[in-house]
Amino acid sequence: MIINHPILGPRDSQEFTYLGDATLIDRPDWEADDAAGQFHDYLYLRDNPAGEHRELWFHEQGDRSWLVVTRNTVTHEILNVELARDVARARGRSK
Amino acid sequence: MGKFDNHGLKAVSPLGGYEPHVDAFAGLLIREVTDRALASLAARQGSEDAVKSAAASYLGGALPEPASWNANGEFAAWWMGPDLWMVSAPHDSHELLAGELKEAVGDAGSVVEQTDGWCRFDMEGSRCFDVLERLCNANIRTGKPGDASRTSMEHLGVFLLCHEPGQKYSIVGPRSSAGSLHHALVAAAQSAI
Repeated sequence: MIINHPILGPRDSQEFTYLGDATLIDRPDWEADDAAGQFHDYLYLRDNPAGEHRELWFHEQGDRSWLVVTRNTVTHEILNVELARDVARARGRSK
Repeated sequence: MGKFDNHGLKAVSPLGGYEPHVDAFAGLLIREVTDRALASLAARQGSEDAVKSAAASYLGGALPEPASWNANGEFAAWWMGPDLWMVSAPHDSHELLAGELKEAVGDAGSVVEQTDGWCRFDMEGSRCFDVLERLCNANIRTGKPGDASRTSMEHLGVFLLCHEPGQKYSIVGPRSSAGSLHHALVAAAQSAI
């Protein structure tokens, strides 16, 4: 499997480690009134789609950047690769 | 003579010798390099342009682009990741490199002293391709001077800097694993040559 790194170009997936669903970026506000409920959902509830899935990958044996990889879990086709920090900032994270 | 020069202690290289270690093979030289000071430079969020211009005036040239390294006079720098670089200079004249660099970039960047965190081996000679292709999955045969990639050798994350394709490279790895990295380089050289 080849991951097309947005800065470095095509790299072997052997250089990467997998973390999980990209919704991990949307960490709840711990000060919210219903923080306990939000964290329960954040930690335990995941979609498990047969098809397109957005997930976090770490370029451990490379430039150490976090990526959001959109992958088809049925065919393993990689449809899109973005820097996770760009995704996070676009969602209002990383103030 | 400085205040701390008369301590009677003798520095050792990452491999533990008083002098840098050298291994010679037919068509290949592996040299331990110990005379460079290192400091990492990270741009703080929103200050990317400020760091680049401040660093450029301190270094005498622009910071390198992704996946590359460059040299300006006695300074050299390589790209480590998004908005993150390693800067290197001769240790004798820039022992306090991190402090100098921090003064140059101010609040726009974060600087960390890195000199003793890394070991460096320079590989020279016509057999470089044959040895490096056994060590890592960087696409070295299509490389060009000024390439800098982070890759793994012997399960260690290392930086591979290309000076002259097929002829001269620098390999910078974690100092605490200098012995393992050196073993991997020598074993690969012995298997190829």
